[in-house]
Amino acid sequence: MKSVALQSKLTTVLLKSLTILLFFAFSVSSYSQDMDENRQKEGRKLFRSLCASCHKLDKKLVGPALGGVEERRENSWLKSWIKNNAEFQKVNAEAAEASLYATTAMNAFPQLTDKNIDDILYYTTVGEIKKVPAPGETSIGGNVVSDGGAPSWVIYFLAGAIVVAFLMIAGLLKQVNELKGKKKPEIQSNLRRDLQELWAGLKKNTFLKVLGTIFALLMGAYIVFGMLFSVGVDQGYQPIQPIAFSHKIHSGENKIDCQYCHSSAKHSKHSGIPSVNVCMNCHMAIAEVAEGTEIEWNGQIYGKERLDREIAKVYDAAGWDPEELEYTGEEKPVKWVRIHNLPDLVYYNHAQHVTVGGIKCQKCHGPVEEMDEMYQYSPLTMGWCINCHRETNVDLKGNEYYAKIHDQLAKQYGVEKVTIAQLGGLECGKCHY
Amino acid sequence: MASNKKYWKSVEELKGSSVVETLNKNEFVSDIATDDFLGDKETLESSSTTRRDFLKYVGFTTAAASLAACEGPVVKSIPYVVKPNDIIAGVADWYATSIADGYDFANVLIKTREGRPIQIMPNKEANGTTSARVQAAILSLYDEKLRLKEPTKNGEEISWGTADKEIALKLNDLKEAGKQVVLLTGTMASPSTDKIIAEFLAAHPNAKQVIYDAVSEDAAADAFKAVYGRRAIPNYKLQNAETIVSFGADFLGDFHGGFEKAYVAGRKPAAGKMSYHVQIESNMSLTGANADKRLVAKPSNVVFALLNLYKEITGDAVASSATPIDSEIKKLAKALKKAGSKGVVMTGINDVNAQLISLAINNFLNSEILDTDNSLNIRQGSFEQVQNVISDMKSGNVGGLLTVNIDPSYSLPNATEFTEALAKVDLKVALSVENNETVNAMEYALPSPHFLESWGDTQFSEGNFGLVQPTIQPLFKTRQIQDTLLKWSGSTTAYYDYLKDSWTANVLEGSSWNKALHNGFYSKKEATKTSTASAISVSKIASALKKNTTASEMELNLYTKTNLGDGKQANNPWLQEFPDPITRASWDNYLTMSMADARALGFENPVKDNGAINGDYAKVLVNGAAVVVPVMIQPGQANGSVGLSLGFGKTFGLKEEMQVGVNAYPLYTRGNNIQYNVAIEKVSGTHKFACTQVQKTIAGRHDILKVASLKEYNTVAPKDHKNGWNKPAYVSYDHQEVEAKTIDLWDEHNREMGHHFNLSIDLTSCTGCGACVVACHAENNVPVVGKNEVRVGRDMHWLRIDRYYSSEVETREEAKELGLSTAATYKGLETEAENPEVTFQPMMCQHCNHAPCETVCPVAATTHGRQGQNQMTYNRCVGTRYCANNCPYRVRRFNWFKYANNNEFDFHMNNEYGKMVLNPDVVVRARGVMEKCSMCIQMTQATILKAKKEGRPVDTDEFETACSTACTTGAMVFGDVNNKEDEVAALAEDKRAYHVLDYLQTKPNVVYQVKVVNTNEA
Repeated sequence: MKSVALQSKLTTVLLKSLTILLFFAFSVSSYSQDMDENRQKEGRKLFRSLCASCHKLDKKLVGPALGGVEERRENSWLKSWIKNNAEFQKVNAEAAEASLYATTAMNAFPQLTDKNIDDILYYTTVGEIKKVPAPGETSIGGNVVSDGGAPSWVIYFLAGAIVVAFLMIAGLLKQVNELKGKKKPEIQSNLRRDLQELWAGLKKNTFLKVLGTIFALLMGAYIVFGMLFSVGVDQGYQPIQPIAFSHKIHSGENKIDCQYCHSSAKHSKHSGIPSVNVCMNCHMAIAEVAEGTEIEWNGQIYGKERLDREIAKVYDAAGWDPEELEYTGEEKPVKWVRIHNLPDLVYYNHAQHVTVGGIKCQKCHGPVEEMDEMYQYSPLTMGWCINCHRETNVDLKGNEYYAKIHDQLAKQYGVEKVTIAQLGGLECGKCHY
Repeated sequence: MASNKKYWKSVEELKGSSVVETLNKNEFVSDIATDDFLGDKETLESSSTTRRDFLKYVGFTTAAASLAACEGPVVKSIPYVVKPNDIIAGVADWYATSIADGYDFANVLIKTREGRPIQIMPNKEANGTTSARVQAAILSLYDEKLRLKEPTKNGEEISWGTADKEIALKLNDLKEAGKQVVLLTGTMASPSTDKIIAEFLAAHPNAKQVIYDAVSEDAAADAFKAVYGRRAIPNYKLQNAETIVSFGADFLGDFHGGFEKAYVAGRKPAAGKMSYHVQIESNMSLTGANADKRLVAKPSNVVFALLNLYKEITGDAVASSATPIDSEIKKLAKALKKAGSKGVVMTGINDVNAQLISLAINNFLNSEILDTDNSLNIRQGSFEQVQNVISDMKSGNVGGLLTVNIDPSYSLPNATEFTEALAKVDLKVALSVENNETVNAMEYALPSPHFLESWGDTQFSEGNFGLVQPTIQPLFKTRQIQDTLLKWSGSTTAYYDYLKDSWTANVLEGSSWNKALHNGFYSKKEATKTSTASAISVSKIASALKKNTTASEMELNLYTKTNLGDGKQANNPWLQEFPDPITRASWDNYLTMSMADARALGFENPVKDNGAINGDYAKVLVNGAAVVVPVMIQPGQANGSVGLSLGFGKTFGLKEEMQVGVNAYPLYTRGNNIQYNVAIEKVSGTHKFACTQVQKTIAGRHDILKVASLKEYNTVAPKDHKNGWNKPAYVSYDHQEVEAKTIDLWDEHNREMGHHFNLSIDLTSCTGCGACVVACHAENNVPVVGKNEVRVGRDMHWLRIDRYYSSEVETREEAKELGLSTAATYKGLETEAENPEVTFQPMMCQHCNHAPCETVCPVAATTHGRQGQNQMTYNRCVGTRYCANNCPYRVRRFNWFKYANNNEFDFHMNNEYGKMVLNPDVVVRARGVMEKCSMCIQMTQATILKAKKEGRPVDTDEFETACSTACTTGAMVFGDVNNKEDEVAALAEDKRAYHVLDYLQTKPNVVYQVKVVNTNEA
């Protein structure tokens, strides 16, 4: 799966570059419409801050869809309605009828000037500006997932070692030949003959044979050992999830705090996968992604259409009917695939690290805010845990719990800084019970 | 060049023998049993699988298996759709509730994780106590084998709707026909349920309720009624007692429970005085084992002794007989008179007259200890009424029988009669949590939820109430009995609302329901009932008592064991594996017999070379009923008496491993625990016991166990070199006797920084009840290994309670003074006395600061923590078992097998439901690793983390372990000795404190307190 992922990544890069090339080649103008960009911007800004929680341009939300609303209502009617619809309803029968559209009454916006409202309405008429991606934006974020098996440095090391060995053998052979009194080989030599001579010399020289065998055995043992040690280490593990959830969109672009969703991380050993009702806090109002949103998922690019389908999956799980805007009660729990799996024999507690230690999530989970598709960033091996415990100092001052031990350390030993390891963080029983 | 030479291999061949001819044709003279190996030839030939196909299958499956093994398993993680606000995955929630299963009643706290109850602990705020059975009740919740899963009619599944409709119709028919309907329940002690039953009976005037307790306390209740006018069981305020005299009342063991806390509260040596407790009994009971003085008498003599005590105290000449312990009774009478109102007499003799005499003595003494106002409601059964129901059933007068959580087909002495009489009943409905013989014999079986899934209430005693609340969603299609009865009475109220209204109106005295629910209990501010004793004619009663007591050559005393009680939880592996506190045998019941009787009748308990005990079988005949049971020789058993426990031998629906022991209920004639005229015959066969302790005495090694009398404690300096009762160990160093602590093999470390945990165990307060043992199982996922493994010493208990009998010769010094030879000394030290004193000693990893086990581990899998724990790292252990060999306390346990997901060990860790009880914070150990007590490091770590999260130091006495939490007498105290305010810090320095085997200088972090007994010397 991982190699597939890599391959697909490659294709994507190629395709993307091709697209960019095409853009440059034909230099298509996206400003084909005549549009007052400033008005649109102004209107968009106001719409976003005041109207968007209940209205969309092309879809019904709490209130009706507002795209091209000026075609349906008079400008003055709209102005009166927007400024104070409750008052307006009293004098206008049509307005009273319109108020029945939704169960909740619309707020009054007396602060809006006519100019403001016109801007908003202009925006509802012209809609979004089609964005042209800038050349630099197409680079793919996130780390390249390292392939399984032996790590790359092993391969480099091996290749280097083999080259060095060949050079050494060649040098030795030369010396041997010289010592045997043979003539120096002619200067013009060809590679094939050289190699043949090298092989012949090798076959004759017992010392080199033994040396070579020992070398090969040691190397083999080293590789096997390394491979055995990587058994069960799933760094880079990136399983396919049931919903294409992008941490990059949520955490990176929208800057949602990690612990908004993973709320038990500060209380519990588990960080907790958020329940669907947490998704619905926002997604009740966000039924689709913004135009032009793309994520990289399982080697493919998911565009708006596909991502909207993914949001629909959330609705399906929560039992939310996006048409009627109500819960149906038919809930289907989402079966996420767990990425970070610690063996049963180790006890790990998120609260200890997050709440007490004040460690950022990214320290272990990597640049999550840049990952569309989540993967295991750290090796999660014991050596990795231990190293951090050895290097990290405990903040003795911020927490009353440490007050006594801080006093003792300062008075008896004059020590101000201690690592976790020095406080007993390397004891087997602290994590294995 | 061709040759026609003949080459021959033997002379025979040369001769052309026929043998050679045969051998040439057929290499093997006799056929090789290929058919036996391959199976039936015909089927083999008709099989479509050819050899090549077979090889293909083998090759494919092997390849598939190895391929599948290459990829790690995919772990799914499924969050809630809508998460309840008060549940955080990974954080435990505690609920206060009550257990009331008809036999055990207690205020408890339930620990739940992710909505699964995983542990029961006493609700100490409510003065709640837990026994081994209460602790283990959590596992019965997950008993998927025995629990009823859906309503059935004659074994076919039906819906609740159909059941309701059909039963209501039949109930109505019976009402119109005027035929009797009997509601046969156990003791529920639930005020709201009583009201619901009253409503049901009002709606069905032809119905009546009869209460049936498998183990009867009729006599006590009837006697109480005769004197105080209402049916209840007297309560005792033992904490204030000066002298306690008990005639066979096992109030620390199974005498309707909950007395140990008050008993121990009155026995604190530090106060300078303790209650003086004398037990007169025939079986060695847990209470007798804890008594200051134990008088042994066969059951009939116990009765006469009670009468004689009455005579001595009051001076009234009532009918009685002389007993061998009369001189002791005289002394006792003096002690009781001296104690006056601080004295109390308790009796466990199930005879109304004996109970009346006991009440008479208490009333004569004006005993303040006997509490008749706050009387107990937890045994309400009437054996006589149940028998009447059976005769009614036989005569066809009963039209309908509704049973509620009882199993008379197993637990009645005339169980077969009951089951046969069922045939004459039209409507047979069982409302039950678990399947059993009775449920099986009924037409309708309607499942009720376990108490951990139910709403409810209990009234333990007149003033003490408990609420029951669900701690998990119902696992099966169950409905509460109360809801069912409400429905059948034509009500539409849900039981929860009913309960809330009922409490608000009748119990809460205006205080908040939510608060009561949070606390799980409510105590009435004032006693609701006052009792005045009415006069009784003692001389008549005494004569009747004497007449009923037919002293005979052999008498039987039936009792209930600490683990199974009345047998309700017989399918609970924790309880089955729980070793009896006295005999230390698990997975069995047996006939206890005195050493002298065993010698006379030829019974033996030989110890086999694998360290296990065997026993001979005896046939016990009482009133025509006979059972065959193995014999266990019991020091302290009265000559001329035998003991046998009820609650075993249950078979219906139980897992095969749990079908152990012998059902003694057939001998429980008239619901009486004493049976006279018993005949015992030795029959052939050898029984294999599974005893966890073979060594019976301390064999003179008093550096393990120290006991002092109260007089010594008060007058002698503990460390006095000659007479001290807590002398430090001395060792020989350079041919000089020096204190052991002056020399050491190990280097000392500074242990003053941070926490340093100690566990203090007070041998005076430990009654040996074993609640801690089961609590340890639940907390630490200790596996159950089964009878055969326990028998060969592979039990996995991290915490055990050693029981030591005193021997005739107590110390080597004593033997020297007696001039015994070396051989005689050892024999004397190892032979337990006929009526020995008993001492319990909880034993677990001692967490030595200088641990011998750590020194020998070749892979450093067992290491020492800074906080005092001896840590065992399972994933590092390679199983050399050097550590176990080098441990002087024998507390390390080796995982000989894989005990989880293994059909060979088909206990709770082998099924999906049973595994729900596992503590997710503690790993389930694999095969081939050593394990042992961790001092509940997961709990201390959790406490530390909680403090760190809240940014505060750990509170005084905040640290706990599972055993110290479960211990209701306060014998086990855990804490941080570096926090001088912790209770344990003072206990570690106490004058009673000592370390086991202190001459080894292992410097344990478990400290024991010398046992003090009150010998009632001036």
